[in-house]
Amino acid sequence: MSLQSAGIGESPTASIGRVLTEGVDTTHGPILYLEDITVSFDGFKALNKLTLTVDAGELRCVIGPNGAGKTTMMDVITGKTRPDAGTAFFGQTIDLTRLTEAQIAHAGIGRKFQKPTVFENHTVFENLELAMKTDKRVRHSLFARPDSAQLDRIARTLDLIQLMPEADKAAGLLSHGQKQWLEIGMLIMQEPKLLLLDEPVAGMTDEETQRTAELLEKLKGAHSVVVVEHDMEFISSIASTVTVLHEGSVLAEGPMEQVRRDERVIEVYLGR
Amino acid sequence: MKTGDLPSFMLAQQRTALFDTRGWIGLAAFALLVAVVVPVLFLAVPADNPLHLSAYSVTLIGKIMCYCVVAVAMNLIWGYAGILSLGHGVFFALGGYAFGMYLMRMIGHAGQYQSDLPDFMVFLDWKAYPWYWSFTDHLWYSAMLVVLAPALLAFVFGFFAFRSRIRGVYFSIITQAMTFAFMLLFFRNDTGFGGNNGFTDFKRVLGFRIADPATRATLFAITGLYLIGALVLCQALVRSKFGRVLTAVRDSETRVMFSGYNPLWYKLFVWIVSAVLCGVAGALYVPQVGIINPSEMSPANSIEIAIWVAVGGRGTLLGPVLGAGIVNAAKSFFTQSFPEYWLFFLGMLFILVTLFLPKGVVGAINLLGKRK
Amino acid sequence: MTNPLAWIARILACWLAVSSSAFALDAQTVGKLADDDNAAKLQAIAALANSADPAALPPLQALRDGKLYVTADGRALIDAGGSVTDAATGQPVQQSLAGLEPIGINNRVRGALDSALSAFALFSPDRNTRLNAARGMESSTSESLLNMLNKALEKETDPEVRASLEQTRAGMQIKNPDPRAKLEAIKVLGQSNEQRTKTLLLPLLEKNADGTFVEPDAKVRSEAEYAVKMIDRRVAFSAYAGRLFAGVSLASILMLAALGLAITYGLLGVINMAHGEMIMIGAYATYVVQYLFKTQAPGWFDYYPLAALPVAFLTAAAVGIVLERTVIRWLYGRPLETLLATWGISLFLIQLVRQIFGPQNVEVANPKWMSGGIEFANLTMPYSRIVIIGFALFVLLITWLLLSRTRLGLFIRGVTQNRAMASCVGVNTRRVDLIAFGLGSGIAGLAGLALSQVGNVGPDLGQSYIVDSFMVVVLGGVGQLAGTVYAALGLGVLSKLMEPYIGAVPTKIFILVLIIAFIQKRPQGLFALRGRAVEA
Repeated sequence: MSLQSAGIGESPTASIGRVLTEGVDTTHGPILYLEDITVSFDGFKALNKLTLTVDAGELRCVIGPNGAGKTTMMDVITGKTRPDAGTAFFGQTIDLTRLTEAQIAHAGIGRKFQKPTVFENHTVFENLELAMKTDKRVRHSLFARPDSAQLDRIARTLDLIQLMPEADKAAGLLSHGQKQWLEIGMLIMQEPKLLLLDEPVAGMTDEETQRTAELLEKLKGAHSVVVVEHDMEFISSIASTVTVLHEGSVLAEGPMEQVRRDERVIEVYLGR
Repeated sequence: MKTGDLPSFMLAQQRTALFDTRGWIGLAAFALLVAVVVPVLFLAVPADNPLHLSAYSVTLIGKIMCYCVVAVAMNLIWGYAGILSLGHGVFFALGGYAFGMYLMRMIGHAGQYQSDLPDFMVFLDWKAYPWYWSFTDHLWYSAMLVVLAPALLAFVFGFFAFRSRIRGVYFSIITQAMTFAFMLLFFRNDTGFGGNNGFTDFKRVLGFRIADPATRATLFAITGLYLIGALVLCQALVRSKFGRVLTAVRDSETRVMFSGYNPLWYKLFVWIVSAVLCGVAGALYVPQVGIINPSEMSPANSIEIAIWVAVGGRGTLLGPVLGAGIVNAAKSFFTQSFPEYWLFFLGMLFILVTLFLPKGVVGAINLLGKRK
Repeated sequence: MTNPLAWIARILACWLAVSSSAFALDAQTVGKLADDDNAAKLQAIAALANSADPAALPPLQALRDGKLYVTADGRALIDAGGSVTDAATGQPVQQSLAGLEPIGINNRVRGALDSALSAFALFSPDRNTRLNAARGMESSTSESLLNMLNKALEKETDPEVRASLEQTRAGMQIKNPDPRAKLEAIKVLGQSNEQRTKTLLLPLLEKNADGTFVEPDAKVRSEAEYAVKMIDRRVAFSAYAGRLFAGVSLASILMLAALGLAITYGLLGVINMAHGEMIMIGAYATYVVQYLFKTQAPGWFDYYPLAALPVAFLTAAAVGIVLERTVIRWLYGRPLETLLATWGISLFLIQLVRQIFGPQNVEVANPKWMSGGIEFANLTMPYSRIVIIGFALFVLLITWLLLSRTRLGLFIRGVTQNRAMASCVGVNTRRVDLIAFGLGSGIAGLAGLALSQVGNVGPDLGQSYIVDSFMVVVLGGVGQLAGTVYAALGLGVLSKLMEPYIGAVPTKIFILVLIIAFIQKRPQGLFALRGRAVEA
């Protein structure tokens, strides 16, 4: 593992890296397979035989009460936490449990955190530039200058997240909602196949929430998106399929209306 | 949107200059000062002229310029990458020892025992040079060691430390333990580097007598130009995309990882560059000061480097140079006039700067400038 | 004359001859010590030694030390350093020694005197004197001493002295041609812990040039072989036990030094570089208390550590609290700056102590009950070290009780785990920080008290322990006392076990490498709390 990560960080074209750059094999439909994932922290099972598949191009919402394992699931997919048991595949060929965070990001999974994390001391432009899909090795970064095509891409994203007027401002000066959009913009610049969004509208005003929903609608199709959210209204405004987690496993799955009527879901979550 | 419609600041990204005109003029002026003005004042101006520079001052300023490079190197990793090293003295000393080996070989038979071997080896009753001293009588080989020894140590240490994501105070403390361990190692006579006394009593470098004013002036000029080189390199690094990734690592390493960068190689690269800068500074320091011993590796010495940077202002280009200058000038003043108060002063400096000058002198000046 | 023990044998012979008669120190015999004739001197020495009378000791000692004088009328006088006593009666006399020459002795007489003095010691009423004398004779194998040993053993009741005498006797008996006596001697020798006893047994296992054994009796050979094996095992064991003891002793000090650091680091997330100076302050506080006892109340001197306990704790705690209030509080959330600021504090404190107490080490005397040690096999465990191990356990217990059983401890643990949450439920985190910092510093002060009993006390004291205690914290992880304890124990014992093989400095380097390697596997230390990766 150590040698692998050492080799890959420096040269993504080597060994596994070649698979990464060639893209994700989604010939069988799903882009993400989680099977029987178990993670325990000192005896407490944060995830308990979780099985979940997400189709290519799908927008999936994951809900569940606190401690249901939503964030841990994100951690497993992005390589931050290693599962004790189970398999996690991205497409048909990429085994997520064996890659580092940077390799997974390179393979095409982008993640937005619960708390907006942008580079506060960098300008909005620089944030997008850093996130942009390109050669991310040291040697390239030393001499890299954005070319015209890349500047255009950044400009398009700035328009999409409506931050063009703030492009030359330090990201730390943005409002909470703007930071959330910037983070989504950074994910878009990464051109991921799969986007993981952890509570993208937490702390947003109604108007901001609505604009975020529109933003996500635009992403649907080009990217697969997994959204973890508490805001039920927001979910019903965007979601086609909803997965309910409870105590580390899937409790129910299906269209929003069907899940809303599920007795067990009402008991553990909605009916509180 | 066509490229022509992009805001001007974005287009400017494609061709940024390292320094503005004022910056380049300043650097050129400094180069002229160290390479021409000081040597002339030292060599050509007679001693009774008030403009004459004494050998003492030239040595002192040369020494401080070496420290300035160390401060620039420290700033590179602490100011921009957020990694506080409390063990940078070890890289400085390794460079010094590597070049010191060459200088020791150049003593030849002029030592006290008139032996082929350095006096301390005669004292230990050694009959031949240990293997790691081979080839050190060649300048090119020693110069290579000056770069490679710190680089190798930095690579091995940094690779394992960064790979396991040791950071913050943990990293600082481990670096302190590293320099401490090296100090103990070099204190031993058996290590073969002169034990307690280290290397001293140098006679010649490249055939020139080390005490000759001309040699001193040359070493001084080289050190000054090296300082300029270090500043330009530092500026080039932090102005590049590499530099932006580095500050991003400092502010949110997790986000950098999820953006697809492997922070390990970024940190490791800048860590090694910083170590090598220190090593070369150490190599220039030894012939000017005339001694290198294990106390250069003491944890106290290394942590002092951090305060130079903090005093000047970290994350700024000139701050470290200014800080190293101020603190070391104060040090030579105190150790001559009030030796017993130097530690009080240094201690208070540590406390007051961290409490009241978080951005250092340069930060304070900038703030004053903005208020006006 | 080459063998002083031969003289002891002669003395013994005379002594046996007159042993029944009660002997008073008579002036005539004592006077003979001053006789010009060396033979007469030797006779007198033998006679005095035979008496086994403690009163005979001073004249003999005085003769050896050149402090015995003789008057014109033949009376022997002792120069007792200022006063003059009569050698025969032991009473002081009013007589000047002016004009008198001390009695000279030659090497032969000196040898006889030494033997007589050590033989005396075997019959001394003081157990320790007897033990030392017996120990001193252990290496001798001269059979001429056998009778005297038997005599001494008859009277000897102390098991340790007996064991020593029996060892010596067995060493002599091993040369006895009678196999039964030999077997008995082997049995006794087999119980020895000394490497040198083996040299007595090994000849029994040697072979002649023609391949036959020197010792014809096979049973004797096999017993001897077994005895040698037992000795080897015991020698190895005691060397090992000695290292283990040294390791545990070092560990107890490391633990004391690191305990406070682990608490403050766990709680505040800042490393206090001045922690070593808190140890130093504790040590100097102990020095001051010790000094006051020595000058003001020498009678109570043995109790000064008890008084130093609260003083060391409170002084260090007070300094810690002042630092927290004035400096560290303002730097929360900036751990690297705290590192630098506390380093500045440590420089300041070092210089301050230098100005007050001088740059040299100061002498802290141990109380009497801490000197000496437990002897076990051929291994000595100083009481001071044992007391410190016990003290470390005591401090650990108190700290544990404080953290797990009190409301303050609950607060400290709460703030350590989740500062924001603790603050929300009404814990005054500022106050908790302050108290915990005082507590950590106070424990460091106690470490200083302990260190003052086994090492030098100087302004740089803290610096020499700070790196090691950092390593303990790094290895042990934070938030759990157990981590600190195990890490201290592991580092202490490991370094003491390795030092004999590769030396102290390589051991330190090896341990550093080991810690870095260990962190590869467990970046958060031995006992980190695992949890959801919330940090972003």
